[in-house]
Amino acid sequence: MEKHIQLPITAEIADSLNAGDFVYLSGQMYVARDAAHKRLMELIEKNEKLPIDINDCTIYYMGPSPAREGRPIGSAGPTTASRMDKYAPTLLDLGEKAMVGKGKRTKEVLDAVVRDHAVYFAAIGGAGALLSQCIKKSEVIAYEDLGAEAIRLITVEDFPVIVVADDHGNNLYATAQAQYKR
Amino acid sequence: MIREVDVSEITKNIREMCISVNYELSDDMKQVLGEAHEKEESPLGKQILGELQKNLDIAKNDQIPICQDTGMAVIFLEIGQDVHLIGGSLEDAVNEGVRQGYTDGYLRKSVVSDPIIRKNTGDNTPAIIHEKIVPGDKIRIKVAPKGFGSENMSRVFMLKPAQGLDGVKEAILTAVNDAGPNACPPMVIGVGIGGDFEKCAEMAKEALTREVGVHSDVDWAAQLEEEMLAKINDLGIGPAGLGGTVTALAVNVNTYPTHIAGLPVAVNICCHVNRHLVREV
Repeated sequence: MEKHIQLPITAEIADSLNAGDFVYLSGQMYVARDAAHKRLMELIEKNEKLPIDINDCTIYYMGPSPAREGRPIGSAGPTTASRMDKYAPTLLDLGEKAMVGKGKRTKEVLDAVVRDHAVYFAAIGGAGALLSQCIKKSEVIAYEDLGAEAIRLITVEDFPVIVVADDHGNNLYATAQAQYKR
Repeated sequence: MIREVDVSEITKNIREMCISVNYELSDDMKQVLGEAHEKEESPLGKQILGELQKNLDIAKNDQIPICQDTGMAVIFLEIGQDVHLIGGSLEDAVNEGVRQGYTDGYLRKSVVSDPIIRKNTGDNTPAIIHEKIVPGDKIRIKVAPKGFGSENMSRVFMLKPAQGLDGVKEAILTAVNDAGPNACPPMVIGVGIGGDFEKCAEMAKEALTREVGVHSDVDWAAQLEEEMLAKINDLGIGPAGLGGTVTALAVNVNTYPTHIAGLPVAVNICCHVNRHLVREV
């Protein structure tokens, strides 16, 4: 099913999504990958304030290439989500509602998606040039020293993603492969 | 007759090659992606392959990298033994080319100086450099930036000789099936069979740079390439791992003599952004 969704994603919106839905996202989301997640976790462990508003937020696992003059961002496709598996359940429990990445997740993450009424979307891996056109604004909001791994706040318009894991416990990677296996 | 080549020539070429290889795929890759779009049976898979073709057009027209992971720069150098290199260190010249290419070309700097301390070097150096001395007075430069989504799913298997060709097939299928959606399918699979621990890995990497559609000149290896491509596509992983009949675009196998006690097999997985470019200086 094709859906257009305005961010932020709430628990109610997450409940309405099903694995296999093709969704176009518009609004604001954060960008963070390995090194930024590691720093967020260190702050959580020390009970310190996070540089992002975690409640109902969407985090896109991505590290862009540098922007040319006059453009908000460079090539901007998803990175492999499994590297964030260690951190994701904690962030979901704290209020993160959606993750955008590519590739398989652990059972711990999928369980947290169900428990926390969240969603895991896949963006098309290796389509960084195409996806960059859906990003209208980008601003580094934390950890500038990390370069491509800094935390960004981006504004997207009709950013195409596919629901892989929904909060009803479905996982598209498992079911879709079985459908075409010979 | 000795031919002198200034290493600044190497720098200049590598700079240009790093940039263009990240903006546009070679004709063989473009063709096989187009064929995949025709062949794919899953509607969602077909849609994704169509988006990937659009992505290639945007990258070329807007001069933006095809993928944000512009890779670690892997450089193969075949240096004629009648070449005398002047003007400085060859390795420095290669890295200077990478530095200039990744900076001037708006490419992502993805290299950290130490695997544990992990501080970004800021210019994507150093490159991974493979040098070979060959007859002649030319230098053949091959630039093949490698992204790590697929690199992380690559494997080396030290098989026993008794496992034979069946063991090799099982190893390849295991690596590809485990890689699944993580490696950004449709993939290109480079396989190195024989040699020793590091030789098979290097062969697998270089196999990725062989033109897609050109088969091994070893009979059994050429047959293996065709058979494995069909078997991999039967796995059902499909474009972006979301199910379908096109999981791989090609399987390229390189072979080498090995020890009586061993059968090393390396499977180097590459995503659909399989970048390789060759020039002769």
